[in-house]
Amino acid sequence: MSDADKKEVSSEGAKEETEKIKEDKKDDNKEAAQTEEKEKDSSEAEKNANSNAEEEPTDVKKPEKKASKVKNKPGKKESKVLKDEPAEAIGEAPEEANPEALPENVFPLFMTSKTQEIYNCKCDEDVTEENPFKFIPKSDILEDMKMRAAVCDFHPFKQQILDYPGEDVLIVYDFEFKHGQNFIVALTEEAKELLLKVSETEEGEAGEEGEEEEEDDTVYMYIPPEPKDWVSLGSEKEIDESTVKETRRKLKVSVKRIRRDFGAPTAFADRNVADVKDGAVDCTSYDDNNFDIKRIELDKAVQAISEQVTEGTQTDWKYPRNANTQTYPREYTEDEQAALISTKECSDFVNEVAFDFHQALQQNEIMNVFYVDWVHLGDGDDAFGSKADNHLKEYQSFTDLQFSKDKMITCIQWHRTIKGVVATSVAEKLSFDQRIDHAAKVIMTPSLILIWSFADPIHPQLILEAPDDIFSFAFNPTDPNHIVGGCLNGQIVMWDIAAHADRLKQQRGSNRNKKRTVLINKMGVPQENASLQCTQLLSCATDHCVMLWDTKASKMHTTAMYDDKKKAQQPSGVPDTFKHLDLIWKPILRVTLSKSEPGGDHAPTKFSIQERQGDRSALSSGTENRENDVTQTMQGGFHKPSSGKERTLQGVKTYVYVGTEDGEIVYADWMPQKDQDTGKIQTPKPAYYHVTHDGPVVSMQRSPFFKDILLSVGGWTLALWKEGVSSGPILESSACHVKLSCAAWSPTRPGVFFVAKVDGSVDVWDLLDKTHEPALSQSVSPTAIMQIYPFQVTQKQQLIAVGDIAGTLHILEIPWSLRQATPNETTSVANYIEREVKRRAFVVERWNFREKEKRELEADTKRKAGGMAAAMAPPTEEEKELRLRQEYEAYLNEEHNFLRELGIVQDEEIPLPAA
Amino acid sequence: MAAEVEETLKRIQGHRGVTGTIVVNSEGIPIKTTLDNSTTVQYASLIHSLTAKARSTVRDIDPSNDLKFLRIRSRKNEIMCAPDKEFLLIVIQQDDQS
Repeated sequence: MSDADKKEVSSEGAKEETEKIKEDKKDDNKEAAQTEEKEKDSSEAEKNANSNAEEEPTDVKKPEKKASKVKNKPGKKESKVLKDEPAEAIGEAPEEANPEALPENVFPLFMTSKTQEIYNCKCDEDVTEENPFKFIPKSDILEDMKMRAAVCDFHPFKQQILDYPGEDVLIVYDFEFKHGQNFIVALTEEAKELLLKVSETEEGEAGEEGEEEEEDDTVYMYIPPEPKDWVSLGSEKEIDESTVKETRRKLKVSVKRIRRDFGAPTAFADRNVADVKDGAVDCTSYDDNNFDIKRIELDKAVQAISEQVTEGTQTDWKYPRNANTQTYPREYTEDEQAALISTKECSDFVNEVAFDFHQALQQNEIMNVFYVDWVHLGDGDDAFGSKADNHLKEYQSFTDLQFSKDKMITCIQWHRTIKGVVATSVAEKLSFDQRIDHAAKVIMTPSLILIWSFADPIHPQLILEAPDDIFSFAFNPTDPNHIVGGCLNGQIVMWDIAAHADRLKQQRGSNRNKKRTVLINKMGVPQENASLQCTQLLSCATDHCVMLWDTKASKMHTTAMYDDKKKAQQPSGVPDTFKHLDLIWKPILRVTLSKSEPGGDHAPTKFSIQERQGDRSALSSGTENRENDVTQTMQGGFHKPSSGKERTLQGVKTYVYVGTEDGEIVYADWMPQKDQDTGKIQTPKPAYYHVTHDGPVVSMQRSPFFKDILLSVGGWTLALWKEGVSSGPILESSACHVKLSCAAWSPTRPGVFFVAKVDGSVDVWDLLDKTHEPALSQSVSPTAIMQIYPFQVTQKQQLIAVGDIAGTLHILEIPWSLRQATPNETTSVANYIEREVKRRAFVVERWNFREKEKRELEADTKRKAGGMAAAMAPPTEEEKELRLRQEYEAYLNEEHNFLRELGIVQDEEIPLPAA
Repeated sequence: MAAEVEETLKRIQGHRGVTGTIVVNSEGIPIKTTLDNSTTVQYASLIHSLTAKARSTVRDIDPSNDLKFLRIRSRKNEIMCAPDKEFLLIVIQQDDQS
């Protein structure tokens, strides 16, 4: 009864039940799933015991379980549907296709409330929808059955429970009465397991789903898609419609004609239009009402305009043709001119206008209209003091207690551009032997060039160090930041004070930035003459050479390039200035001064060349200009011996005057020429030399006004020379009572020069005043003067710097009378020079004459002596006559001389004047 | 006649600084000169046209007036010219004090 009912019920409400169960299973038992698993084994027995009554539903349930097992993942509702179908599909044979059927040995059970109380499985209290499972111990059930016998709900399952192997029986609360009762009981272990599993899976699904919903980071297992059978969805039809298929067999048509008819002549005939119907078709026009246009009044306007035409034209230029015209003035022939001149009109005209001309010409003669008074306004008034003031005034003196005391001043140079800056070089005043004795001490004391500024007479502005005592130095004429100096030991050193030129305020300026030295062979006292545009300098030394150096950087120099245009770099430390020395500065040219006679070579002490930087007169004498820097340096003149690139200028004087240690003046050509004997290119022997002075030449100065006049001073005398006059000096002074130490020309007056003496006085010589003694003599310093150098410092001020042996530099002002050139002084001096040259020439002539005389006399005496010997032999006629004539001539000469001595006879010759 | 002219011209030439004298006819063709030919021709043509212009200027201002003497003073020298109906005498004098 209950079975059948339960079956039906189950079959009817199977769906609901299964749904319910599924839902129950899904909903609850998240917690209990695991516990149920543990208790599975224990309750299986009970389930088995109770499973008899509900075999069928369990069968039905099984496939559900299985289906649910298979399908784990899909959602709740889906799972229901899907489960239904596979449940059907799978469909176990013995079971009915009842999706909601209970698994095997699982039966619905109705538990009264009393029973529920007993087993503690009250609805909605102990057992809820979420928690439908309850395990009831088997023993309790048995006891209950004994107690209540038929009243017990488990009575129908009594047998099964007794057979139940496990300890606990599973009761599942069926909330939705899916299976007809409010509880279901699993009567076998298998059923229990199944139920538990279903619930697990369902709840597992729910759990999984819930879990999935809760946790997003579950690991997704990739299940590769399995190939399935293709399901047609109707696309073949479309493809079939699109493709072109032959629906029927192809037809063949064949057209034939007789071959004869191809290309055969044909006869055309006319045909009338009317012959055939529709031979011609007329399309006549007709008024179509559809397109009717109304005519209305129209306004029209007409305007007449002129026609415009744009045209262009171009001339043809056949070919270019040169054309020129030349005019010539009309001229009269000589006869015509003469004729015209002699006409009356002409003479009248000339007479008429002559008066006006005379007047005009005289006006011009009387007064120069263009004389600008303003410029010459203050010429007479700018003398400091009275005009009669004649002597040099002491202006300032410089001494440095530390550096220049007890040292002699060897060279003075004014700074070319900076006003009021003068540089002196100081050296120990020891003779050569003394130097050797005190060599150790000498080395320790520094050798310096001091640069003074008028602003500070106590401290020099700059001090330049040198490896040895400097005896001569010079500023570069075009770049006053470069100073070249020559040392006692024969070295030439060069300084660049560009970086310090503006730091003239410094106490002790840095010594130098760049320095190059070179060793000359022998010891010498070189004199620098940086006479060229920044790159070349000449030096002479007592090793019989005059050398020419090039200060331009060559590739040989390993240190940083010394470029005239750029500023040299500054070394970091001041003391290690000698670091920059490199000994690879070689002279470009070497002029050896060798004597033509035996007796050694000349040892030059001073020299002077004609060419000076800045004088371009040589250029104008018929040669071209040139851009080459090197040649332009020496006024476009000096020809570099090795390179033939630059062309020589013809008008350049290549001679140099050298004063030697022995007091000779040597005139040599520095241009190397091919030597006749050896065939080598070398500088030739000096053109001539002259022993002039009693001591070493101390100064050779060229006149700033006359390029070929030199003043040489040496020993006790001074001499004036003119270049080209090789016989002797133009002017030679008598010996002074003290030795002369230095000389300099006045920069403004052509006939004035200054000579300094070792007694500390300065002589002023004026060639236009007196030529036998100085015009003015003034004592300047208590000690011997070593160097003088006059310089035009400002427009109104000319200063002369005098350096003495005590290390003091005196600056004196030259008075106006010695400064201002007298009118036409230049021409006067030039005239004087001319006169002297003429005199010189005369002297030479006379000398030659005298020589000839002398020679003749000697010949006579010789002949006479010889004649005595030959007198033994009888003389021939001619010999007699000859002898007679000679005697007579000798007598005449004697008479002449005798008379001359008496002073009776006036000769045409003028006695040689004493200079 | 010619000698007289010569003598007068010589006296003018003898003044200090005079470098040249030129006698030009009314058409601008030099008749007598002490300078070289090219210089003479140049002076003659230039001075001739300048004199004509100067004369027309003077007469424009006052038609009763006429140009008598023209002196051109330049930095290096002075050119004096006296125009006439038929002739023109030009004298060039150097400035010896410049």
